[in-house]
This record gives sequence, structure tokens and C-alpha cells, in this order.
Amino acid sequence: MFRFLLRRLVSLIVTFLGITILSFSVIHLAPGSPVSPMAEFNPKFTPEMRERLRREFGLDQPLYVQYLRWLKGVLTLDLGRSFAPDRRPVWEKIKERLPVTILINVLAMGLILAVGIPLGVASAVRAGSLFDRSMTVLVFIGYAMPGFWLALLLMLLFGIKLGWLPISGVHSLMGYVSLSPWQKVLDWAKHLLLPVFVAAFGGLAGISRYMRYSMLEALSQDYILTARAKGLPERKVVYRHALRNALLPIITILGLSVPGLVGGSVIFESIFGIPGVGQLMWQAVMARDYPVIMGNLVIVSVLTLLGNLLADLGYALADPRIRLERGA
Amino acid sequence: METLRLLWRHPWGRFSLLAVAALVLVALLAPYLAPYDPLAIDVHHVLEPPSRVHPLGTDLLGRDVLSRIIYGTRISLEVGVVAVGLSLAVGTVLGALAGYYGSWIDGLISRFIDIMLCFPTIFLILAVIAYLEPSILNIMIVIGLTGWMGVARLVRAEFLSLREREFVLAARVSGASDLRIIFSHLLPNALPPILVAATLGVGNAILIESALSFLGLGVQPPTPSWGNMLTEGKSCLEVAWWLSVFPGLAILFTVIVFNLLGESLQEVTNPRLQARSQP
Repeated sequence: MFRFLLRRLVSLIVTFLGITILSFSVIHLAPGSPVSPMAEFNPKFTPEMRERLRREFGLDQPLYVQYLRWLKGVLTLDLGRSFAPDRRPVWEKIKERLPVTILINVLAMGLILAVGIPLGVASAVRAGSLFDRSMTVLVFIGYAMPGFWLALLLMLLFGIKLGWLPISGVHSLMGYVSLSPWQKVLDWAKHLLLPVFVAAFGGLAGISRYMRYSMLEALSQDYILTARAKGLPERKVVYRHALRNALLPIITILGLSVPGLVGGSVIFESIFGIPGVGQLMWQAVMARDYPVIMGNLVIVSVLTLLGNLLADLGYALADPRIRLERGA
Repeated sequence: METLRLLWRHPWGRFSLLAVAALVLVALLAPYLAPYDPLAIDVHHVLEPPSRVHPLGTDLLGRDVLSRIIYGTRISLEVGVVAVGLSLAVGTVLGALAGYYGSWIDGLISRFIDIMLCFPTIFLILAVIAYLEPSILNIMIVIGLTGWMGVARLVRAEFLSLREREFVLAARVSGASDLRIIFSHLLPNALPPILVAATLGVGNAILIESALSFLGLGVQPPTPSWGNMLTEGKSCLEVAWWLSVFPGLAILFTVIVFNLLGESLQEVTNPRLQARSQP
């Protein structure tokens, strides 16, 4: 277990450095320096001013010095200031928007697990049945469904035709302050229902498919034959012997699906008007607010890295072959 | 050719082949098929629901939705094919290098793949697009350059298992160069899974393009793309459902068809799967 963790930690650090190098390259290989957007909109911009700004940004230093400087900034969460008129530090902007994005993604992950795994197991146990075949069709549609279109359809149906759910924001604008705490939670829940469902939809199709496959694999193993031969009831064979083994690879798949889930934030947050990092990213790209864009890119990929690490830890804890491994 | 024949005999393979062919025809023949000019503004027939004159209704500027969807097919297929072509080129070269040479080259490339996979694709694409003009060409390039990792992993794995085979040893003994072994001995043998990944990749690239265009960062109006048509659909959600429904159906249909083609291709080219599906 200890060796496993150490190996993971080393690879984590290497990957983190890789992420920062790649992000830094995007900034510097892209045409146009961070100075040019200021120059573009200012007719009085003289070459001397450009030079002074270049020095201020450290652009006159060799590239590796610039990188190390920037890396130090990233490590101390000093990501520069936004180009927006408020000129606020980038990290402050991201920090206040992180909770709602994380909340929605965690809820979506919960939904994926709670619905996707039982569906996959049920399909595998009744492989070839009408239920299994209709699930296959649904999964196929799920893979091909554009998330933003699903969001539009749900808004059209539940928000406009039926009028059951609000279609924008995370809480009501009118009279929210006067609600009791319980009503506030209810209000949030009503607002987040559609976004969480849309966020989870793609992953739902994926996980239920992997779960079905993994369960079919497990059910075809010899130890299942043994369990059946010694007369265990089918329920025990399926849920005790097969399911536990089938769940292991799913943990890895969950880790791998984190980037997709987080990436989806850009789409559903801008559709549903949710003030999270996805919406911030979108607005920053629209406004060409480069410090915010790069800060977002780094923070989000580091979060993804942490998500992967969590999945690895989960795997290590769930798999006795790793958990009980002796450091040697 | 053999693969095509097998696909034709596969029930879903035939359907998806025909459907993809139909989509390509629609894209090529758009000027002849579209009942109206997709850019023609008609202020007297704004936001009309589907009718006999305008089968799928008209948009905020009175443009015919059906004609715009037909022209949108061009953009989607172009982006899908070019982006995937680029991903294939990058992925195949990097995967082949890693799988063939192994050792530190493999280590370096594999690590690079892991790092690329850590970025949520859409964030990476947005970050790059922020520095570029959102033209169709740039969109294709960016989608292509952020989507090669799957292909690279696949080619690497294929090469790792193929390079130990006897025919490779035979080629090497007879004095073939590394390049010759890679391109004329290993690559043809790794082709089927690459083709499958490419077909599935087209659907994915189309999804990404439509999402970008929907966010206003892809294909720019007035050029019709299914994604930017849905942007308008969203702003008219309360009055014109047809603007939100039909372009989305076009995306869904196209992506399903390419995915079906990929799955069928996988079934007919992978003997192991075939054996499993026949009880």
C-alpha cells in the first residue's frame, strides 16, 4: 500500500509539472503576447510603453525564467489579475465560483453511481432480454446526445411547457432572502435538478455500459461456477461474489470520466446561468481575459488530477491485492 | 473491399453505411436540395411554425430552417472529417513511435498522453481558441489537436503486440528499415482498430463543434451550423420550439449514424467479438 501511494505521488508531481508546462506553452506559443490586447484598444500606445509593459510582465526574461516565475505564482495561487475592468486577482474570481461547480459535479457523480451501476448490473444479469436490449438502445442515444441540446429540451418541457422548474440561476432572485433555511435548500434543489441531470447524462450512459460489461466478465469466471456449484442462492452469487469484483474496474473508469464531467460545466453552466468556473471560463474567453483563462485551465486540470488521485486511492482501498501488499 | 462487403452483410452496418452516404450526398448537393437560400432574410415571415411552405419553420430573421439544416450538414461533416484526419495523423505517428521503439521514447510519449488527458478537453480547446479567430479552419485544427490521445494509445498497444511477431523479425532480418517496417508491415495490421476509432471520432468531433458553435465560439453567424442555430433556438425558446428541436435532431441523428458505423465496423473486423456474439 505504501509503495503504491509513493509511486502515485511521484507520478502525480510529474503530471502536475507537465500540466503547468503545457499551459505555459499555450500562453507563449499562441500568437499575440499578453501585451497586445491592451495595445489593440489603445491608439496612444507607444513602443516605449509596450517595452515598459513587457518588462512589467517579465517578457524580457529568458523563457525558463518566465516559466519558473509563473510556476511559483501558480503554487502560491497568485495567478495575476483579470483584464476585466474590476482588475481583481484571478484566484479570487475562481475561488468564489468553485463551490457551486464542485457541488454540481459531486451531485452528478452521485447520480451516475446511484443510477448507472444498478442499471448496468440489471442489464448484465438479464443479458439479451428485452430490458437489456432497450438499455442498449438508450445508451447508444445517450452517447450521441449533445448535452446542451438535452438541456434545451428539458428547459422547453419542464421550464416552459409545464412550468414546473426554474430554468436559470442557482436560487430565486425575488424573495430568496426571506425564505427559511429549509425553503432555501428546496429552492436550490429545484434550480439544480435540471443542471445535475444534464451533467450526469453522458456519464450515466458510459458507466452503465461499463458496469454491464464488467459484470458479464465477472459472471463468466470460474469462481462464479464454484459458487453456483456449491449451491449458493443466485442472489448471493450475483451480489456477493460477482458484483464486488465487477465494481473494481468501475472505480478507474470513474476517475477517467472526471475530465469529461468537469468539461461539461462550461456547457451547462452557461446554459442554465450558473455562476461557476465553467461560466467564468466562457465569459473570459468571450472577453479574451487571458489571465482568467489560463488560471482556469490550470486550476481545473489540477482538480481533475486530484479527482484521478481520489479514484486511485479508492481503488487501492477496495482491492485487497493492493491494500494488503507489503512494502518490500 | 472485403471489409465493405462484410459491413454490407451486417444488419446495422448496411443501415449506417447507407445513412452516412445519404449525409454526404446531402452535404454535396445542398444547393440543389435546399428549398431556399439559407442566408435569405425574409422579414415578412419571421418565426413561422412548421408549415407546407417552410417544412421546419423559419427563424428570427425569416430564414428557412430546413435549408439552414441542410447547409449545416456541410460544416458538421467537414469539421468531423478534417479534425479526425488530424487526430489520426498525430495519434498514429506518436503511437507508432512509442509502440515501436519502446524504452524512453515510449515513456516520454505515454507521459505526454497522460498529461493531455488531464485537461478537460473543452477547457483546453477554449483556452487555445481564445488566442485565435474562431474560424472553421481553426476549430477543425484545435479539435483535431486535442483529440488524438485515444488513437495514440490504441496504435501504441497494437504496435507493442505486433512488433514481437515473427513477420516483423523476418522483415528486419531481410534488412528492412525501421520506417519500412512501421509503414508497410505494422501499420496495415493495426488498421482495423484505427478505422473504428476514426469513425467513432467523427461523431465526437461533430458533438464538440456543435457545442462550441452553440457557445458562440465556433462557427460564426450568419454561416449556418447546427450548433449556432441552437443558440438562436435558446433565445427564442419560449416562442419557437422548432428552432431548438430540429437542429438538435440533426446532430443526434448524424452522431448516432457514425457511432453505429464504428460499432458495426468493430464487429466485422474483430474476429473475437464475432465469436462472442454468435452463441
